[in-house]
Amino acid sequence: MNAPLPGHTVSKPNATAQALLSVDNVSLEYRTPQRVVRATHQVSFEIDPADRFVLLGPSGCGKSTLLKAAAGFIQPVEGEIRLQGQRVDAPGPDRIVVFQEFDQLPPWKTVKQNVMFPLLASKTLKRKEAEERALHYLNKVGLAAFADAYPHTLSGGMKARVAIARALAMQPKILLMDEPFAALDALTRRKMQEELLLLWEEVRFTLLFVTHSIEEALVVGNRILLLSPHPGRVRAEVHSHQYDLHSLGGVAFQESARRIHRLLFDEGQSPETERELDFADIRIAY
Amino acid sequence: MSHLSSPREEFETVLPVLTNVSLERELPLGQRLWQQGWIRKGLILIVLALVWEAIARYQNNDLLLPSFVQTAQALYAGLVSGELLGKVWISLVVLVKGYLIGIALAFALTTLAVSTQLGRDLLSTLTSMFNPLPAIALLPLALLWFGLGQNSLIFVLVHSVLWALALNTYAGFLGVSETLRMAGRNYGLKGMRFVLFILIPAALPSILAGLKIGWAFAWRTLIAAELVFGATSGKGGLGWYIFQNRNELYTDKVFAGLAVVILIGLLVENLVFDTLERVTVKRWGMQR
Repeated sequence: MNAPLPGHTVSKPNATAQALLSVDNVSLEYRTPQRVVRATHQVSFEIDPADRFVLLGPSGCGKSTLLKAAAGFIQPVEGEIRLQGQRVDAPGPDRIVVFQEFDQLPPWKTVKQNVMFPLLASKTLKRKEAEERALHYLNKVGLAAFADAYPHTLSGGMKARVAIARALAMQPKILLMDEPFAALDALTRRKMQEELLLLWEEVRFTLLFVTHSIEEALVVGNRILLLSPHPGRVRAEVHSHQYDLHSLGGVAFQESARRIHRLLFDEGQSPETERELDFADIRIAY
Repeated sequence: MSHLSSPREEFETVLPVLTNVSLERELPLGQRLWQQGWIRKGLILIVLALVWEAIARYQNNDLLLPSFVQTAQALYAGLVSGELLGKVWISLVVLVKGYLIGIALAFALTTLAVSTQLGRDLLSTLTSMFNPLPAIALLPLALLWFGLGQNSLIFVLVHSVLWALALNTYAGFLGVSETLRMAGRNYGLKGMRFVLFILIPAALPSILAGLKIGWAFAWRTLIAAELVFGATSGKGGLGWYIFQNRNELYTDKVFAGLAVVILIGLLVENLVFDTLERVTVKRWGMQR
């Protein structure tokens, strides 16, 4: 149970199936007017189909930049990103991103038209089929009654749900989410995490999720990649498939959260983890 | 260190369904009427007309300042005889032609500016050169190049519409948020489709402001050009009507012509542009 951490940056691939998204030794830089800043340095990871992969780290660790590179908005300076074996070099409708900001939804379209928009713009479906699929996914996120409302009349949580429905309606190969719940209030955030997990149970999409909250990472993800800042480098990968929304406050959950916190914010080697005491370890002294 | 428990007791309430309290009430009729823009603006116009009538009666000089009633009578006579309407029609046809060509050119220039560095430099240089140049100053040049036909008027109109509209549209395009642009690229939209489906709707408040300014400049320029330039092929527009009647000292008809200019301006502003705004940017929540 308390296995020592892997000493290398890529988790051992124990499945023979090809990874869905493979990020191989990727370094990213971005330009400001004064200088060029290295956002991430030689980051590697692989995401399998139906994974809920989380990028977790403090600000400045390049997690959003990595997500944008996976979506195709930024070209890596070093290394490459491959989706199902093909290199990612431009944004496309097979990698839909759910952003954090509320203005990701074009305000001139109704909710239903917004969900149909990527389907029609990428010429994936004709209008009638697009409408059916849009209504189907709006039903899944619980917004079928607001299909003809304009986004400016919706609350933040509802806008986030429309963005998720829009992403799912494309049935993309991988769903990319950039801190989608960070701008919502805490109660709505809890509800949205729960709904996302329920949706995943049903649809089994592959998810790449960026967050800065340890609790959110443990609840939402099944594998968490920890990145340390300036520049972003992989610190560790942690399992979290055993946790869901009901594990909040549990002992194992808190232990994992503490371990992640220590990994992210403490320098140097992790101390030897204590071995759990077994029945056979107990010696009775006379 | 935890606090001592509060002396006040905890409680829970069972909330009954509220049936006898109405959660929404209609505003009283007076307030609802006052919400209508045209009623308020109409009241302002009536007050202005009364002030005008009072001043005109005080002056008592028909040549200098005809009263509101006299102007109204001249206007009615002009409308009934069909003379005014015919001249208005001629003016509007030329205006619409120049306006549409100006819009097309502004769109082309702005699309170029959005996609290339050269386009950006071209737009900013041309706009700063030509925007301050009054279109009327170009009229003699236009007459020289295009002759006495409609084309010189259209040239001058295009000049008055193009620069303001291009500037506004470009500013609108620059103001589109990064997230919306990324979402558009995410869907696979590129190039012209990106401009049509993402940039133009997102920049619509600025574009509408540019259209309103362009219309105002164009209408002003057209009337002024017709005053100076005169008739085209024997048929004059509204400006020519004003000019002719000034020459013949029919000041009430001059006022009637001016009133028609104002009325058309009001109509286009309130009927056309306001409706356009209401159906688009106000309905979408992009403008209050």
